[in-house]
Amino acid sequence: MKRKNAISLIIIILVIAAVGYVVFNGLNIGLYTIEPTTKNINQGLDLRGGLYVTYEAKVEANDPDKDSKIEGAMRVMRNRLDKENQNEAVIVRQGSKWIRVEIPGVKDPRELANILSQPAELKFIDPEDNVIIEGKDVKTAQPAFDGVSTPVVQFELNKEGADKFAEATQNNIGKIIKIELDGKVISAPKVQTAITGGSGQITGMPDIEEATKLANLIESGALPVPLEQLEIRTIGATLGSNALQKSIKAGIIGISVVLLFMLVYYRLPGLVADLALIVYILLLLIVLATTKVTLTLPGIAGIILSVGMAVDANVIIFERIREERDAGKTLKASVESGFNKAFSAIFDSNITTLIAGFALWKFGTGPIQGFAKTLVIGVILSMFTAITFTKQLMKLLVGLNIQNEKLYGQR
Amino acid sequence: MDINFVKIFRYTAIISIIIIIAGIIAIGVNGINYGIDFAGGAIIYVNIGQEYNIDDVREIISKSGAQAEASYAGEKNQDVVIRMKLEENHKELEETIISDLQEKYDITTEQVNIDMVGPAVGKELTLNAIKAIAISWGLILIYIWIRFELKSGVVAIIALIHDILIMFSFVILFGMQVNSSFVAAILTIIGYSINDTIVIFDRIRENMKRYGRQLSRRDIVNKSINATLSRTLNTSLTTLFTITAVYILGVDSIKEFSLPIIIGILAGTYSSLFIAGPLWTMWTEGEQTALSK
Repeated sequence: MKRKNAISLIIIILVIAAVGYVVFNGLNIGLYTIEPTTKNINQGLDLRGGLYVTYEAKVEANDPDKDSKIEGAMRVMRNRLDKENQNEAVIVRQGSKWIRVEIPGVKDPRELANILSQPAELKFIDPEDNVIIEGKDVKTAQPAFDGVSTPVVQFELNKEGADKFAEATQNNIGKIIKIELDGKVISAPKVQTAITGGSGQITGMPDIEEATKLANLIESGALPVPLEQLEIRTIGATLGSNALQKSIKAGIIGISVVLLFMLVYYRLPGLVADLALIVYILLLLIVLATTKVTLTLPGIAGIILSVGMAVDANVIIFERIREERDAGKTLKASVESGFNKAFSAIFDSNITTLIAGFALWKFGTGPIQGFAKTLVIGVILSMFTAITFTKQLMKLLVGLNIQNEKLYGQR
Repeated sequence: MDINFVKIFRYTAIISIIIIIAGIIAIGVNGINYGIDFAGGAIIYVNIGQEYNIDDVREIISKSGAQAEASYAGEKNQDVVIRMKLEENHKELEETIISDLQEKYDITTEQVNIDMVGPAVGKELTLNAIKAIAISWGLILIYIWIRFELKSGVVAIIALIHDILIMFSFVILFGMQVNSSFVAAILTIIGYSINDTIVIFDRIRENMKRYGRQLSRRDIVNKSINATLSRTLNTSLTTLFTITAVYILGVDSIKEFSLPIIIGILAGTYSSLFIAGPLWTMWTEGEQTALSK
C-alpha cells in the first residue's frame, strides 16, 4: 500500500513535468510535431500590436436602405483589407450604426485606418462637368509602369462603362477629362483620340506605392455610406510585446511566491496544493489555446489573479482538515470529512463567481468580455482541479502513512 | 483568541463610512478624473527610445496648434504621453505631431500608439458596464436566496457595494483615472469579494444547523468568522502576492488596472470579515428563521 502510493505519486509528478515540458517547449518525435501550446494562444491587439477602430455609418436612422448600406460598407472594407493582405481582420457590426474593425499585427495601423474610412469615390468628369464614369463602372484596376518609370493605374471598364467612355472621348477630342477621387483631381489628361476598347490608364501618381493604393481603392469600390471614426486604438508591435514580456515576468514571480507560501505554511498538503496549482496553470494554457480565446492585457492580469484565487479551494480544504484533526480525528478520517465539509463552501462560492462571470461575458463588450471569458474558464478549472486532483493526491499522501505531524502543518 | 466581530461592528463600519465620505468630499473638491474612455479625447503614446527633453515635445505640440499636454512616461522616461482634446481637425493635428516626432527622433510607426475615443463611445461603455453589473447582482441575489435566504443575499450585495465605494474613494483620493481599466477592476472585485463572503455565510449556515439551539446568533456568527479566519486571510494573501507582482512589474496600463484591484481585495476582505456577517446578525437578530432553508 505504502509503496504503491509512493510510486503513484512519483508517476504523477513525472507526468506533470512531462506535460509542462510539452506545453512550454513543444515536442518533436519523428513525424509527429507538437507545437508549444503557449504559441497557439491567440494574443490580443494590445499584445501583438494592431488596430482597433469603431466607425459610425452616417445614415439616417429611418433610411430604409440603412442595413444594406452598412453591410455594403463592411464588404468594401473587407475587400480593401484583403488587398492589403490583412486576412485576420475582424469586421463586425455593433448596435445599429456602428462598425467595429480589429486587425492584429499591423505595421502601420494609422495608414490602414485611413485607407478603411476613405470614401474612394472615383469620377471621370467631362469639360461640361458631367460625370461620365464612376467607380462602379470599373471592372479591374492595376498598378503598372508606363514606359520605364512613370507609375500609372491601368483600368478596364465593364460593358456599360466602356460604351459611355467611348462616347465621351469621341465627343471631347482635344479637350480635358478630369479624373477625381473624393473630390480631388488626381489627373487631368487631354483626350487624344476616341477610346473604344474600354481600357485606359490614370497618370499623375508620384510613385508605384501610390499607384497600388489607388488601384486597390478603385477595385474595392466606394463606400456606399460615409464613415466617421468614433474610436481608434493603435498599438505599435514593439510596445505590445514589451507589455507581454513584463506580464509574463510578473506572472512567474507572483506564482512562485504563492507556491512558496503554500509550501511553507501547509507543508506536505502545501506540496499537494502546489502540484494542483501547476496542473491548473497547464490546463488553463491548454484550454486557452484550444478554445481560441483571445488573450488581452487585462486578460493576462486576470489569469495571474486567478492563480491566487485558484489556491482558495485548496486552502478551504486544508483548513477544514486541520479543524477535523484538532477535533481529534485520525488523519484519514480528517481528510475524508474535511473534503466533504469543504465542498458546499467551494461549490457555492465558485458558483456565485461564475454567475458574475457569465453575466459579464453575455452583456459586456470588448475588453470586459475577454476578461470575463478568462475568469469563467479559470474558475471552472480551479474548482475541477481542487475537487478531483487535490483529493486523489491527498488520499495518496495519507496512504504513505507519514506520522510526523509537523509535515502536515499541524499547530 | 477569538475576535468578537459582531461587537466591534459599530467601529469597523465607521472606518468604512469615513473612507467613503472622504471620497465623496474629494469628488466635490477635485471632481472625477475621467479617462478618455469616458470623457472622449486622444492619447498619443510614443516610445522615443532615447533620452529627450519634454520641452522639445511641447514645442512640437504648440507648433501644430493642438490643445494637448505632454508628460514623460515609461521606466527610463524615454516614452512620452500626449493627451489631446478632441477638436474638429484632431486627426490632422495627430498626424502633424507624430510626423514631427518621427522626424526629430527617428521613430518607426511600431513605436507609436494612438487611442482616440469619441464621446459617444464612453456613454455606450458606461451603459454596458452598468447593465452587466446590475444583471450579475440580480442573478447573484437570486442564487443566494435559493441556497441561503434572501437577507443573506441582500447583505452580500451590500458588501459588494461597500467594496466598490471604497475602491472609488481611493481612486478619487489618489486622483487616478476612471477609465475602462477601472471598470474591469470593479468587475474583478465583484467576482472576488462575493466568493469571500459566501465562504463565511456557508460556515454560518452550517453552524446554525449544528448550534442553532444552544448558542445565540451572535456567538454563531463570531464562531463562524473566526473558524474561517485563516482561510480568509491566506486566500487574500496569495491573491495579493500575484496582483502585487503584476502591479510592481507591469507596464503602465496594467498598473492602473492592478492598483484598484489591490485596494478592492483589501476592501473585500475587510467587508467579508467585519461587515457582511455582523450586518446580517444585526438585521436578523431576534428572528426565529435559520440561515438555511
